[in-house]
Amino acid sequence: MSQPEAITLQTFTQGLWKENPVFVMMLGLCPVLAVTNTAMNSLAMGVATTFVLVCSGFLVSLLRHVIPKQVRIASYIIIIATFVTMADYLIQAISLEVYQALGAFIQLIVVNCIILGRAEAYASKNGPLKAVINGAGMGIGFTFALLCLGVVREVLGSGSLFGVQVMPDAFQPWSIFVLPPGAFFVLAFWLMLFAWFAERKRKGAQTA
Amino acid sequence: MRDAKLDTLEMPPQPSALRLIATLGGIAVMSGLLVVSTYQLTKLRIAENRRVALERAVFGVLPGAVSRESYRVDDSGVVQTEDNANLFAGYDESGQLIGYALEGAARGYQDVVRILYGYDPAAEKIIGMTVLQSTETPGLGDKIIRDARFHENFRALDVSRPVEVVKEGEKTEPWQIDGISGATVSSKAVGQAIQSGAPHREQLRKHLRLDPTDPSERGAAP
Repeated sequence: MSQPEAITLQTFTQGLWKENPVFVMMLGLCPVLAVTNTAMNSLAMGVATTFVLVCSGFLVSLLRHVIPKQVRIASYIIIIATFVTMADYLIQAISLEVYQALGAFIQLIVVNCIILGRAEAYASKNGPLKAVINGAGMGIGFTFALLCLGVVREVLGSGSLFGVQVMPDAFQPWSIFVLPPGAFFVLAFWLMLFAWFAERKRKGAQTA
Repeated sequence: MRDAKLDTLEMPPQPSALRLIATLGGIAVMSGLLVVSTYQLTKLRIAENRRVALERAVFGVLPGAVSRESYRVDDSGVVQTEDNANLFAGYDESGQLIGYALEGAARGYQDVVRILYGYDPAAEKIIGMTVLQSTETPGLGDKIIRDARFHENFRALDVSRPVEVVKEGEKTEPWQIDGISGATVSSKAVGQAIQSGAPHREQLRKHLRLDPTDPSERGAAP
C-alpha cells in the first residue's frame, strides 16, 4: 500500500468497501454511535469528516518531505485541528441547527483515528493527488457507514427520514433506536451483514 | 548484523532542534492563517444565523411580537445593551410592548436544559416558553420541546408565587405546571429554570416601576 504506484480505481474504492473505515477497520466508532440518531446528522458528520480527511491528506502529503519524522505526529495534529476548526466555523455558517445537533462531535473530529491514521499510513507516503483521492474514498466510505446507521435509526426510532415522515401515523416509533443502545444494535446488524458478505465471497473464491 | 540493522533503522540522522522548531512554527503559522481567514469569512454569516435564531425564539415566546430591544439584567439592575443580552423586550407592529423574554436554565435528566420564556411583568405571568437547548432522552424527556399539552401551561402561568410542577392532569392552580408523565425530571427542570429567574424578574419589575414614564410605551427604558 505504501509503495508509490499509479493512481487506480482501487485508490478511491479502497475506503468505500474493502477497507471501509467503520465496517471493516472499525475505526471512529465514537461518532458513528453518537451522532447517527438522524440521517441528517449522519450526513453532516460524514461530510465534515470527509472535508477534514481530504484537506489534511492533501496538506500532509504536500509537506511529507519537509516534516521531520520526530515531529510528524505533532504536525499532523495541528494540520488536522486547523481543518476541523475551519469545518466548525463553516457548519455554524451553514446551519446553526445542524451545529447544535452535532454538538461537541465536530471538534472531536480532531481525535478521529481515521484521519490521523490516513495521514500517517497513507498521505505521508503518497503524492498529494493520490492522498486526496484516497481520503475522499475513505470519507465517502465513512459517510456511507454513518448513513447506513442513521437511516435505519431515524426510520425506526422517529418514523421519519431526513425529517420527513415516512411511516404511517399508526406507527409507534421505537424510541430505543434513537437512544445510545439502539446505535449498538444497528451497528451490530450491519457488521453481521458485512461479515456475511465477506464470508460468502471467501467461500466463493475457494470453490472457484 | 541484525542489531546493527535495527540501530540504523531506529536512529536516522537527528535533525537539529532548530529545524524541528522551524517546522512546527511554520505549520502553526499556516494553520493560524487558515483559521483566521475562515473565521473572517464566516463571521458575518454566523452572527446573522445567531440573530435569526434568537429572534425566532424571542418572537416565539412573545405572541405577536415583531421587533425587539435587548437588555442585560443581573443582580445590580437592568441596562440596555446588545452584548451579552439576556433580556429582550418584544413589541408588536404598533410599538406596543408585549412582554419580556428571559433565559432560564436548570439541570435536566441528561444535561442542562436552557429555555427562553415570555414574561408579562405587569400581570406577573409567563406567556410563552421555548426550549433553547436540551439533550433530554428522545421520545421521553424531549417531549418538553414540542408537547402541545405541556406548552399549554405557559400561556398564562402565574409567577407571582413559586411555580410548582405537579403530576400530569393534576394542575388546579394558575401557578402550577402540569407535568409530563414519563418526563418528570425534564418537566421539573423547566419549572426550576423558570423559578430560578425570579430574582431577575424582580429586578426587571423594580426597573420598570422606577421608570418615570409608562413602561408599556416603547422607549420607556433608558
